[in-house]
Amino acid sequence: MGMWWMAFRLALRSLTRNKLRAALTVLGILIGVAAVVAMTALGDGASASIQNQMGALGVNLLWVFPGSNTSSGVRGEVGSRPTLSEDDAEAIARELFTVQAVAPVITASAQVVVGARNYATRVTGSTPDYLRVRAWPIARGAAFTDADLRLAARTCMIGETVRRALFDQADPIGQSIRIGRMPCTVVALLAPKGQGSFGQDYDDTVVMPITAVRARLRRTPGREVDQIMVSVRDQELMTRAQEQLTALLRQRHRVPEGEENDFMVRNLQDLMATLERTRSTLSTLLLAIACIALLVGGIGVMNIMLVSVSERTREIGIRLAIGARSADILAQFLVEAVTLSTIGGVAGLALGVGAGTVLGRAMEWTVRFSPTAALIAFATSGGIGVVFGFFPARRAAQLDPITALRHE
Amino acid sequence: MSASDTVIKMERVEKVYRTGELVFHALRGITLDIAAGEFVAIGGPSGSGKSTLMNLIGCLDRPSAGRYLLAGHDVSGLDADARAFARNRLIGFVFQGFNLLARTSALENVELPLAYRGMGSKERRRRATESLTLVGLGDKLDNTPAQLSGGQQQRVAIARALVTDPKVLLADEPTGNLDSRTTEDVLALLQGLHRDHGLTIVMVTHEPEVAQCAGRIIVVRDGLIGSDAPNPAPRRAELHTGSTSPLLAGGG
Repeated sequence: MGMWWMAFRLALRSLTRNKLRAALTVLGILIGVAAVVAMTALGDGASASIQNQMGALGVNLLWVFPGSNTSSGVRGEVGSRPTLSEDDAEAIARELFTVQAVAPVITASAQVVVGARNYATRVTGSTPDYLRVRAWPIARGAAFTDADLRLAARTCMIGETVRRALFDQADPIGQSIRIGRMPCTVVALLAPKGQGSFGQDYDDTVVMPITAVRARLRRTPGREVDQIMVSVRDQELMTRAQEQLTALLRQRHRVPEGEENDFMVRNLQDLMATLERTRSTLSTLLLAIACIALLVGGIGVMNIMLVSVSERTREIGIRLAIGARSADILAQFLVEAVTLSTIGGVAGLALGVGAGTVLGRAMEWTVRFSPTAALIAFATSGGIGVVFGFFPARRAAQLDPITALRHE
Repeated sequence: MSASDTVIKMERVEKVYRTGELVFHALRGITLDIAAGEFVAIGGPSGSGKSTLMNLIGCLDRPSAGRYLLAGHDVSGLDADARAFARNRLIGFVFQGFNLLARTSALENVELPLAYRGMGSKERRRRATESLTLVGLGDKLDNTPAQLSGGQQQRVAIARALVTDPKVLLADEPTGNLDSRTTEDVLALLQGLHRDHGLTIVMVTHEPEVAQCAGRIIVVRDGLIGSDAPNPAPRRAELHTGSTSPLLAGGG
C-alpha cells in the first residue's frame, strides 16, 4: 500500500515536471478514448432511435402487400396486381391465433380544407384496429367506431402535423373539415409519433374509416386494399405468424403448390436488422480506428517511459543504493505510466462526451452516453498504461545499482 | 554492542568478472576485520580493486568466493532484494558525486531511505530534520541540490547516510569533487561524527592527504591487501568555512 502511494506521488511529481511532454504523450490515448466514448454514444443513440422509430411504426408488425404482376417474364412493381382484399384481412384476424390485430389499409392523397386554410396530406382508410396495430395512442377525442366503419361515416382522426397546418391553437375535436369534396368531422387527434427512419412524417396523415375513403376518395374494385398490417401477439411468434399467414393467404388465393406467392409479407424485424447491421458496421469501423489510436497512444507511452527510464538511470541507481527494492522501482515507473495514460483516459472521456454532445446536437442525432462505456474507456486507458508501461518499468527495475550509479 | 565488536568481517573474499572469454580477477582474496567505531581509509591506485571492494562492502555486489559478515550477518549469498534491505538497514552511502536527487529538497533527499522502509511521513520528517541539523544544514531543509554548494550537497548526502542509523558509513571518494577548503570541512564533519558519535566509517580515497585523517589505513594492490596499518596520530582536518553544525562547533 505504502509502496504504491509513494509511487503515485513520485509519478505525479515526475509528470508535473514534464508537463508538455506528458501532454503530448497522452494525446494518442486521449484521442482514442474520446473516439470510443463519442462513437459508442452516437452508436447507442442511433440504435435507440431505430428502436424508437420501429416502435412508432407498430408493435411486432407484419405487412402484407399485393403481389406483382408478371407477364412474359417482366415483373411489375409491387401491388401492380390487386390481390389483397378486406376479406383477407378478416380471415387473418379470424383464423390466426398468433395475431393480435389486423388492419386493412388503403391510402389516398387529398386536399384538406378548413375555412381559408388548406393542406395536402395522405388519407389512410382503415378500421378502428389500425391504431392498435400501429400502437398509436390518441391525444384527444375518441377513435371512430365499428359502427362508423359499417356506415362509412364521415369521421376522421388527424395527425399532429395536419392539426398544426389547419388549426393552430384551436381545438380540432368536433370541428368539421373538408377532405377533397367530402365534409368530415374530426373525432380524434392522434398523439405525435415523429419521424420515421427514412425521414417520413408519420403525423402528416388523416385516418378515416376505410369504407368512407372507398366511397368518396378512391373508388376501388371490390374490397381491394393496398396493404394489410398485422400485429403479432408476441415477438417470439413472429416467424410462426408469418408462416401461418403465408399458408392462409396461399390457400385463400388458391396458389398452386410450387408457384410463387401472389402477395408479399414484410417483417419489421428484418428491416430493423438491416438498419442495425448498417449501424453496427459503421461503429465497428470507427471503433477499429479508435483502437488503433489507443494502440498508437500506448506505444507513445512506452516510448516516453523508456526515455524517462534512461534519463533517470542515475536516479534509479541512487534509489537502489539507499535501499529501494527492484519492486519499488518497478512500481514507481509502472504507476507513472498508468497515471499518465489514465490522465489521458479521463481527458479523453471529457472530450468524448463534449464532442459527442456537440456532434449530436449539430447533426440532430440521438446521443446516449452509457456509464459502462465510460468505465470501459477508463479501464482501457489504465490497462494500456499497465501493458505498455510494464516493459520500461521492468527495464528500470532490472538495472544494476553499480552500473546505474556510474551512468552519466 | 561494544567498541570492539566486528562490523565488517571478510574472509578470503574474491571477485571475478567474466566477459566472454575474458576472466578478470578484481579481488584475489581479501581478509579484513573492521571493528565498530573505527575510521578506516582504503587507498590504492586505480585498478587496484578498491572500488570493487567498496561495492562488496556496500552490498551493491556479491563476492564470487569467500565469506562476508556485515554486523554479524552473512551477506555474501544474499539476493538483490535482501541486499537492498541490508543497504537500507546497515549501510549509509556517501558518494563522490553526491548523488542527490535533483529538484528535490534536502529534506526529501534525506527522508528517502526511510521512505523505502515504509516509515510514516511525520517520523521521517522528524528524523531527517534532526540529521540535517546534525550536519549543520538545519536552515537549508527546503533547498534543492542546485541551490546548495558542493560542500553543502555532500553534507546533505552525509545526513542521508546517517538518517538510517547505519552500522557503517561508507564513503566513496567523498571529497573527490570538492575544493581543498570544503574537503577539509567534510573531513572535519566525518571526524566529528566518528569522535563524538562513535560512527564506524569506511572511506575510499586515493589522496594520501585525505587518508591521513583516518585512524587506520588500508592500501589495496592488485586485488589484495597491500598494507594495513593503524594511523596512531590522524591528521586533524581544519575547519575553514563557518559551519552551524553542533559537532564542529563543539569540536574546537
